[in-house]
This record gives sequence, C-alpha cells and structure tokens, in this order.
Amino acid sequence: MKLLVCVSKTPDTTSRIAFSSDGAQFDANGVQYIMNPYDEWYALVRALELKEAHGGTVTLINVGTESNDQVIRKGLAIGADNAVRVNCDPQSSLFVAKQIAEYARKENFDIVFCGKETIDYNSSEVGAMVAEFLDLPYVSFASKLDVSGQTATAARDIEGGTEMVEVELPLVVSAAKGMAEQRIPNMQGIMMAKRKPLDVIDPVPFDELSTPVQYTLPPAKKTVQLFNADQMDELVRLLHEEAKVI
Amino acid sequence: MVLIIAESQKGQFKKSAFEAVTYGYKTAQAMGSTCAALVLGEAANAGDLGKYGAGAVYQITDAALQQFDSQVYTAAIAEAVKQLGADVVVLNHSSTGKSLLGRLAARLHAGSVAGVNTVPTVSGGFRVKKSVFSGKAIAEYEVNSPVKVLSLTGNAIQPEVVGAAVSVSALQVSLPAPKVKVKEVIREEGHVPLPEAELVVSAGRGMKGPENWGIVEELAGVLGATTACSRPVADVGWRPHHEHVGQTGIAIRPNLYIAIGISGAIQHLAGVNNSKTIVVINKDPEAPFFKAADYGVQGDLFEVVPKLTAAFRRFKEQQ
Ligand SMILES: Cc1cc2nc3c(=O)[nH]c(=O)nc-3n(C[C@H](O)[C@H](O)[C@H](O)COP(=O)(O)OP(=O)(O)OC[C@H]3O[C@@H](n4cnc5c(N)ncnc54)[C@H](O)[C@@H]3O)c2cc1C
Repeated sequence: MKLLVCVSKTPDTTSRIAFSSDGAQFDANGVQYIMNPYDEWYALVRALELKEAHGGTVTLINVGTESNDQVIRKGLAIGADNAVRVNCDPQSSLFVAKQIAEYARKENFDIVFCGKETIDYNSSEVGAMVAEFLDLPYVSFASKLDVSGQTATAARDIEGGTEMVEVELPLVVSAAKGMAEQRIPNMQGIMMAKRKPLDVIDPVPFDELSTPVQYTLPPAKKTVQLFNADQMDELVRLLHEEAKVI
Repeated sequence: MVLIIAESQKGQFKKSAFEAVTYGYKTAQAMGSTCAALVLGEAANAGDLGKYGAGAVYQITDAALQQFDSQVYTAAIAEAVKQLGADVVVLNHSSTGKSLLGRLAARLHAGSVAGVNTVPTVSGGFRVKKSVFSGKAIAEYEVNSPVKVLSLTGNAIQPEVVGAAVSVSALQVSLPAPKVKVKEVIREEGHVPLPEAELVVSAGRGMKGPENWGIVEELAGVLGATTACSRPVADVGWRPHHEHVGQTGIAIRPNLYIAIGISGAIQHLAGVNNSKTIVVINKDPEAPFFKAADYGVQGDLFEVVPKLTAAFRRFKEQQ
C-alpha cells in the first residue's frame, strides 16, 4: 500500500502568541515549533500501522521552507520511509493543497492522510481541497480507519455521534483522536531518519486567493468575580441579569 | 448573490441553518447584494428560511443526497453556484460544512475562510475575521477571488427574523453517484450535541472518580445543559471521548461554560475560551482557570455543585 501523510509545523501548544507591532505578521520570536499533533499522533501512526499490516511505503509531504525540515525529520524518526518538501512559504490552505495534489497525482497513492485540522489556523481545509484537486472521495474526522483489500471502512466523528462509512481506495482521509496512539521516536529511529531521503521540490505556480492581513489579540477578560459556596443564589442572579446566559 | 447552504438533520433545520441565513443576509446587505438559501435533500418548511432574510430558497432533491458524500454535495452546490451566479457561499463550520468548504474552494477556484465569526467588510476589499491559534488571536483575511467561500462558526451570530416565508424553487442538477457509503449513523440521543450546545457543564480530574459524576449530571439536568470533560478524564475512561473538549478534543463556544475541578491548562482553554461566559469552580485559588473566568467559586466542588444546583432549581421555579 502506498501511503502519503501530509504534515505541517505549528507553534507548540503552550506558545505565547504575539504579532509585529502593526499586527501584519506573526511574531515567531521564541516560539517553539512542533509537528501538528493530529498529523503526528493519528495520521502518521495509523499510516505506519497499515504499512506494518499490509506492506508498502509511508511518504511524508510538507509544503514550506527549510526551517520545516526538523519537523519532517521527526516524522522520519517515528517511522516514515521518505519525505518530500515543496520549497515555498505558503499563505493559504488552497496553495498548500494544490502543491500536495500536484505531487500526489504523479505517485498514485492509495491513501492520502491529513490531520483533522492544524492547531494554529484551525481551518480543516487541506484534506478536502486535496481530495477535490485529485477528484477522490474524502472521509473527514475519521476516528477509526481499517483497510481490507481495496475497501476502507472508517468511523467519522459527527455532531453528537459517529457515522460508519465504507469506500473503495484510493481516498483522502483526515485523522481525529482515536485513530491511533502517539508513538515516541526511539534512538534507532532518530539515527535512521538522518539517512532517509528528504527530497526538496519546487512549487507549481498558483495564486494566493485568501490571505491573513491583520492579527489582533482578543480583548482582555475583566477580572473574575469571586463567590463562596453560600452565595450561589447571587451567582445565579448575575448569570441571569448581568451575563444574560440563562 | 450570497448563497447560504442550510443544513438539516432528518428533515429538520438546525439552529445553525438560521444563523447562516442571518449571516448571509447581513453579508448581502454589506455588499449591496441579495441573499438566497440552498437546501440539499428533503427538509420541512424550507420556505421559512425567508423569515431570516433569504430572498429566495432553492432546493435540490436527488436520491444521491440522501447520505452525505462530500463529492456529491460539492457537485450539487457548485452547480447551483453556476446556475444562480452566486459570488459568496456560506456554509456552517460543522462536520458537514468543513468537509465541503475546501472542496468548493478547489472546485470553484475560490478564496476560502474557515470558521468566520464576523460579517465581512467590503470597503477596502473583501475582509472577514476568524479566531486563530485555538482562540488565542483573531486574524482578518482578505479574499480576492471572484467567488468566495466561508464557513460560519456556530453561535457566533444569533438568528434574527427580518421577513416572511418565501416559496421554494426546485433546481435541476445532474449528480455523480456517491462513492462513500454510509453504513450506519450512531447518535447519542437525548441531549444537544456539544458543538451545538449553548449551555455546557464540564468536569475534570478534581472529581476524583467516575462514580462522583452524579452531581455534575444533576446540575446539567436542571440547566438543560450538555456535559463535557477535560482530556485526562476521557483518557482514563471516566467519561466518553466525545465529551473531551480542548485543543485535541472539541472546540466549543457556548453561552455558558461551567468548569468543575478543571485546572485550566492552556490546552484545555484552547477549546473553551471563546465561550461567552465562564464559571469556574475550584478549591485552589491559584488555579489558572480563574484568570480566564467571568465568575469563580473558590471551594470544594462536592459542597459547591449541589448548592449551585439547588440555586438553579429555585431560579427555575420562580421563572
Ligand atoms: C499537546 C497537548 C494537548 C492537550 N489537549 C488537551 C485538551 O484538548 N483538553 C484538555 O482538557 N487537556 C488537554 N491537555 C492536557 C492539559 O495540559 C491538562 O493536563 C488537563 O487539561 C488537566 O485536566 P484537569 O484540569 O481535569 O486536571 P488537573 O490539572 O489535575 O486539575 C484538577 C483541578 O481540580 C481541582 N480540584 C481537585 N479537587 C477539587 C475539589 N474537591 N473541589 C474543587 N476543585 C478541586 C484542582 O485544584 C485542580 O485545579 C493537553 C496536553 C498536551 C500536552
């Protein structure tokens, strides 16, 4: 089975988020970067498990600059066979998806994996875009994925429940919690990752149609109003009259 | 034309459909354009969408739409966009909407913004805002393609009645056969799903064990709220996974979020900090959650929660 896992780099979950003084740019000073957790914990690990069960290869793809190589190497250390980086500084999901689709089109993957969203822009778009560019079925928010022969079965997280679906390969899938368990790279994996191929390719030309132009921080919260256990009627009154939420 | 896609479930519109129409109506006003709604599949009282500002309602009923396949739905919407000459498409930022937004952007060569929470401004180009970095910042996007696609965050805007019901026109389109076969849909019945809930009661490791959740469920029951939990609680199986909120769980923005015995770690806050009002119950005055709260109760949750439930009960009886 030929598997492709799309990985992106995001600020670590505890990073302080700041912007340039004119609000036009993200301020990367002092920010620690990690592989997007949905890509790493669920998409990549499930791809590796399917390879272990059925044979095949797991390729990583990232669209970004050289500074992303550290995250890509981590994916190789966890167990991917090889990686491709499309060398550019993308501004939108559609641009990223176009680059992934152009690469994937030539390689005929059985499954293209994405995480269900990135934890920075929280958009959930790339998987659906790749699927459309490749004219493939898309199974989003999959918390389970199994393959038998040419047929994939998946559980999709939907509001208040789960949808069980069946679809023939090839397909694009976005991975949610439950699909696999996080794997920590071991020393051998880290050593081997250094020798695994990481090809750098040029992007295809494509317009940026939607770009972030201005960032702001949310207004600061008012300080909390405190109560003790015997003031609950007062709290309820405020929720009704002041906050107007009940 | 602003075309909103009205989501329904089992033939009934969700509240989010009315939110989307109100949003589409306001967007059309800002653009000096008109707003229309598109209904995919069967839905009762489709003409009622007119009340929220849809000047026209279109419907596509085709056997291929009975189950959700993003390829088929995308084909239907893209065809409607062409026939109607729509230039802005509004979806909900739901499991369905998120599966369609990207496909439509690719298909229509349209700039997209996922999870918008304000009405666009159009004076200096088409600009619209969304929450980014898991609620830690707001980004304004500029979209510069002829067709634009947006998905609207739930509970970001309240439905407003501005007009009367309109008649429904059928659209004829030809659709591909679905490739994704839905074998079964399993729903937890009896409460509002978390992403759509306006009132949420959530509890964490401070509960000590699953056997103590009765007081949480009682509070939620009195309020008509949906229950949620922190990640470690779902990880050890005290509560089901679908209750897990936060960065790696579900992100929610209810009107009221009551956090019981949850410390307020940054990854937890990432999923709940867009809630309109936050109440925190914690015995540790240094718990970080108090910094993100509107109202805080410092005390032992096993004493506070039953007293809060009793106070809500008294309040309900007076109403
Ligand atoms: C990459 C990453 C992603 C993560 N994603 C998430 C996520 O999506 N969601 C999430 O929730 N967490 C997430 N976490 C975990 C997060 O960092 C915290 O560990 C977690 O939220 C803590 O859960 P808690 O508040 O229930 O438990 P604790 O931190 O143990 O807090 C328990 C709280 O209960 C209080 N308490 C105890 N007894 C009582 C009592 N009798 N009365 C009143 N108060 C009491 C304590 O004072 C304490 O504040 C993530 C972590 C990482 C590293």
